[in-house]
Amino acid sequence: MAQLSTRSKLEILADAAKYDASCASSGTTKRDSRGGKGIGSTEGMGICHAYAPDGRCISLLKILLTNSCIFDCHYCINRRSSDVRRARFTAQEVVDLTLSFYRRNYIEGLFLSSGIIRSSDYTMEQMVEVARSLREDHHFRGYIHLKTIPDADPALIHQAGLHADRLSINVELPTESGLKRLAPEKDGVRIEGAMSRLRSDMEDGQDARRKYKSAPRFAPAGQSTQMIVGADAADDRAIIARASSLYDRHKLRRVYYSAFSPIPSPSAVLPLKRPPLLREHRLYQSDWMIRFYGYDASEIAAATDAATGCLPLDIDPKLAWALNHRATFPVDVNRAPREALLRVPGLGVKAVDRILMSRRHRRLRLDDVARLTTSIKKLRPFLIASDWRPLALIDSADLRARVAPPARQLDLFA
Amino acid sequence: MRSPTIYRVALTTPDDFDGWRAAARRLAMQGVDTANIVWQVGDAGGDLFGDAPLPPDRPSSGFSVARAFVDLAQSAILHSDPERFALLYALLRRLRDRPGLMEDKADPLLRRVDMLAKAVRRDIHKMRAFVRFRALEDDAGPRFIAWFEPDHHIVRANAGFFLRRFASMRWSILTPEVSIHWDGDVLAEGPGASRGDAPADDPVEEMWKGYYAAIFNPARLKTGAMLSEMPKKYWRNLPEAALIPALVAGAQAREAAMIATAPLPEKAPPKRQGNSATVWAAIRNEAMTCTRCPLHRDATQTVFGEGPLDAPLLFIGEQPGDQEDLAGRPFVGPAGQLFDQALADAGVDRSRAYVTNAVKHFKFERRGKRRLHQSPDAGEIEACRWWLSQEIDLVRPRVIVALGASAARAMLGNAVTISRTRGQAIALAGGAEGWVTVHPSYLLRLPDKDRRAEEQARFVEDLRAIGTRLKALA
Repeated sequence: MAQLSTRSKLEILADAAKYDASCASSGTTKRDSRGGKGIGSTEGMGICHAYAPDGRCISLLKILLTNSCIFDCHYCINRRSSDVRRARFTAQEVVDLTLSFYRRNYIEGLFLSSGIIRSSDYTMEQMVEVARSLREDHHFRGYIHLKTIPDADPALIHQAGLHADRLSINVELPTESGLKRLAPEKDGVRIEGAMSRLRSDMEDGQDARRKYKSAPRFAPAGQSTQMIVGADAADDRAIIARASSLYDRHKLRRVYYSAFSPIPSPSAVLPLKRPPLLREHRLYQSDWMIRFYGYDASEIAAATDAATGCLPLDIDPKLAWALNHRATFPVDVNRAPREALLRVPGLGVKAVDRILMSRRHRRLRLDDVARLTTSIKKLRPFLIASDWRPLALIDSADLRARVAPPARQLDLFA
Repeated sequence: MRSPTIYRVALTTPDDFDGWRAAARRLAMQGVDTANIVWQVGDAGGDLFGDAPLPPDRPSSGFSVARAFVDLAQSAILHSDPERFALLYALLRRLRDRPGLMEDKADPLLRRVDMLAKAVRRDIHKMRAFVRFRALEDDAGPRFIAWFEPDHHIVRANAGFFLRRFASMRWSILTPEVSIHWDGDVLAEGPGASRGDAPADDPVEEMWKGYYAAIFNPARLKTGAMLSEMPKKYWRNLPEAALIPALVAGAQAREAAMIATAPLPEKAPPKRQGNSATVWAAIRNEAMTCTRCPLHRDATQTVFGEGPLDAPLLFIGEQPGDQEDLAGRPFVGPAGQLFDQALADAGVDRSRAYVTNAVKHFKFERRGKRRLHQSPDAGEIEACRWWLSQEIDLVRPRVIVALGASAARAMLGNAVTISRTRGQAIALAGGAEGWVTVHPSYLLRLPDKDRRAEEQARFVEDLRAIGTRLKALA
């Protein structure tokens, strides 16, 4: 094979990495490079340095070490039987690229993943070497996210956690049967085994830090995972239940949902259509409801359609839940507890906090609420304010039609 | 009555928080009204109102405000709104009477100042995100220089971030108002600069652009989401933004091509192997530069048909509309959406149909900013039949459906009345069966809602009958 330029390799290996949704660079420890040694900083909140026309944030240099792979997972563009061009970076090339991008303020750090070559251990070793060199040879203090290979030696994975801010292992498909069909060489039990080992490594690390300040940190930004949506038959109820059990069992920071998108030279067992972006969006909303709004997975399941098991696409899941639980509304903004306010469609966490603070000082009228939120229109049927009572709105049969976003108006002059 | 004393406060810089605080404290202790203070940056202006000297400071008199106010004011004062000094002063005075005010987020004045601070925080964040350094080599090694245009007076306040992150580099950030320089040791400030003072290029930018293009997934085009986080005002200082228009234009075509080249399910092997995809691409390519009629002059691009090349069903529309003309794909505008919906309602599988138009260029009349659709004439339809007949020959559908009169003319070669030909099969020369129905845009133009619903139902019925017929033929 002809020698590829670094630029060509970068294009091939970034193209191969783009199906991973995560690009977060937040939630790690605070550090900087004052004092003359090394480069980089992390300050809690991640930074998106650019946005691609697909609307996704570009925060990290997200690449594969190689897109050659001994596995043959149907959904994956890098599977053995795919005819994409193959390339491979050396550890040194990745280190140099990361640093030269970082110095120009293009990125927050590196997200390194890889196809599996030779063996899981060999591949993991190469990835750990990149992280080690960045941290130890160059004193890089930016963000590092390493994708972890579940079958690799736990000692190697432990090494990875000492250098990386975040580790992740993809569960890939929401159901075991989907995994069997689409990723026959992967094993759901081994994947979850590796996740639970990561969890205990992280907890041990935190314990050690409590006892000895000098103890090394282990993956301070935690672990995350990704599920592909729309490649198998799993409905939203199954996906939400799986996500919730993963959060509980492995203390995940995030579950990412990736709408399956048509890949070049696809495998014939996959659906070929536009990626279900709206469905992906609804799943993220439900994920937020669980993580920040105090719903549990069974409550979200109650918002899904009884026949299809999926969340409605035309309205968001929080509104869907409210429409199915009208007895809990309207809620009095001047008296209701935080939990009840959080369930009002259209009220976000920040707006609720502002309401709680403000109502200690005044009786809130509808105008006041309007100042504290982005839009009052959607809220009105669900709220009682000192000068507002939604009458029988909450019981009216056409409430859904009133609060659902209008169907897109067609243009007469097309 | 004596006219009130007017106080003038000259702040040294637009982000001079300390100067504002010192003056505000003295004025507020004296109970000076907001309306009697003129806040300005620098000494410009002169002695227009016969200004009074500021009242004396009395440090011992215990003037304290909530920490939350100080934090908020430090942000809000960086805003470019000239009223910010007065708004903050007004808030400070209110706060003296109502110590709990900072918690009353529904208070209109506090809300307004909160919004100023929020805009400043966003600007600070965007500067951290969108500053792009370019490297210059000199005797001491590389120096990194960036040109940035913030909306608010945030540069000094933001210097610390770059210092913490790039402590071991030598760097400068140039902006129109002020420049900051870090030599590895000391942070220095210089006068404002212009774009030309920063290096014009950096070879690493080509790599970065390569990365930006490759990490973009064309199957997930969502320009709205991109624009809300990376508005166009930032684009001119982002090297990668130059790629966006081409990436967007290419995205839909690439996705369509991916879907078109998809292998069929294993159970049903393709009817024809051969080179039809290559031939189709060649014909399409040729049509892109078509000048067979004058319409190519004003239209953006040729909008060729698309769909599976072994589709049993082929739809002919009239011509691309405004949105199709821009997107380069047929049936993506409002009429196309109505069409998709009608097909779904009729239970016809859209993914197994090839869709194209009788005329492949958009014909319109410009009316102000709008481009109003105009029907193609017989000559234009005739000129474009050349392409349509090649598409039909290649796809060889069982059933061809003409949507509207222009399409019917293209399919049959002569003008027909829709009401008379609708709902019956017509044997076509190539062996396919032809059907005629209305064009979806006809439904969009019906002003009467009831009439429209009625016509739409009829359209769906036509499509349903065609679907049934297709199954019978299969």
